[in-house]
Amino acid sequence: MDGVHDMGGMHGFGKVESEKNEPVFHDDWERRTYALYRAMSYAGVWTIDHARAAREQLPPDVYLSSSYYRKWELGMEKQLVEFGLAGPDELAAGHALRPGKPLKRKLTADEVPGTVTRGSFARPPQAPARFKPGDRVRTKNIHPSTHTRLPRYARGRVGVIEALRGCHVFPDSVAISKGEDPQWLYTVLFDGRELWGKSAEPSLKVSIEAFEPYLEPA
Amino acid sequence: MAQKHEHDHDGSEHSSELSEMQLRVRALETVLTEKGYVDPPALDAIIEAYETKIGPHIGARVVAKAWSDPSFKRALLDNGSKAVLALGAVNPVGDHLIAVENTPKLHNMIVCTLCSCYPWEVLGLPPVWYKAAPYRSRAVNDPRGVLADFGVKLPADINIRVWDSTAETRFIVLAMRPAGTEGWSEEKLASLVTRDSMIGTGLPKQASEVA
Repeated sequence: MDGVHDMGGMHGFGKVESEKNEPVFHDDWERRTYALYRAMSYAGVWTIDHARAAREQLPPDVYLSSSYYRKWELGMEKQLVEFGLAGPDELAAGHALRPGKPLKRKLTADEVPGTVTRGSFARPPQAPARFKPGDRVRTKNIHPSTHTRLPRYARGRVGVIEALRGCHVFPDSVAISKGEDPQWLYTVLFDGRELWGKSAEPSLKVSIEAFEPYLEPA
Repeated sequence: MAQKHEHDHDGSEHSSELSEMQLRVRALETVLTEKGYVDPPALDAIIEAYETKIGPHIGARVVAKAWSDPSFKRALLDNGSKAVLALGAVNPVGDHLIAVENTPKLHNMIVCTLCSCYPWEVLGLPPVWYKAAPYRSRAVNDPRGVLADFGVKLPADINIRVWDSTAETRFIVLAMRPAGTEGWSEEKLASLVTRDSMIGTGLPKQASEVA
């Protein structure tokens, strides 16, 4: 979706402010939010793509004015309701008003060390890769109202395939519960001027990780 | 007026955010626990892992090893996940960790413009600035300006390459080994490797800074 989360190239957000000796979390509710999210993700009801899509769908003013973990918390509440795991009445009451739904699995403390590794998103391909390193491609000019990982600044632009990164679950499909629909993934390299015109530094290069359905030959 | 009230209510940059969020998260945890979805000791274990075990010291070890062992460096650049897994005793990484190398002509910078994708297996959870609008918006069109915000000025003849982490591939920058570190142990080399140098918004410390 063409939301405010898709920020690449936008102006007006100001300087990058780095905090010296920044703690991992700034408050206890951030700790709990992060852990709740990890534990609920382990249950296997939703995927990382559902979670990203839920945060992107927060109203633009909420997205922009919320701290990072507030977005996670609000996104998680939205998912719990959408997947039928909790009711808005329960979240408002702060207590369960009905029994929980059975989940595939529940994270226990002794399983935690095995879960703090990244999941694998690689899948067997459905067809041979359409492109190879060195090929010139143009990203499609698409504007789905649902989740996509093709950023706006890199749509309709000509770049070069730099590397083939294997075949992965396709977020655009998974996020709307239409299945994994695995797709080839490429690193596509653009000249800065192709993306930003003359205002870009001439030597700038920017790459995205692009799924094959985002690309056509150029 | 109604609109204004709603805005105030939703606003979160105010001091009321903490208490609002503390209450909200407490309610959420209670609901999820009572419904039998989560186990509080598991939550504690997750927090402990990210606060005490997983962090940029892991990536620093990887970079220091690459600086001192040419065959490891080749393996790392060839297949980051495989090379880091082979190191052992570090957190297992996913299957798509990619190491990108800085040279006297090229500086790499990593961003996720769409959300907060970050190689947390080797760097821990990302800092706030990495997840915030100023960095996500500017890294792709004004990386030199972003570097200036970090107090880093690169010579004009060093080209900049920005990697936007738009999929599940993850990137770590292999910075150049600082001068004057010949003969240093891997452990001492690792003390030069900053988190920001592995994101590309900083450079490693100079030898004189840790001597």
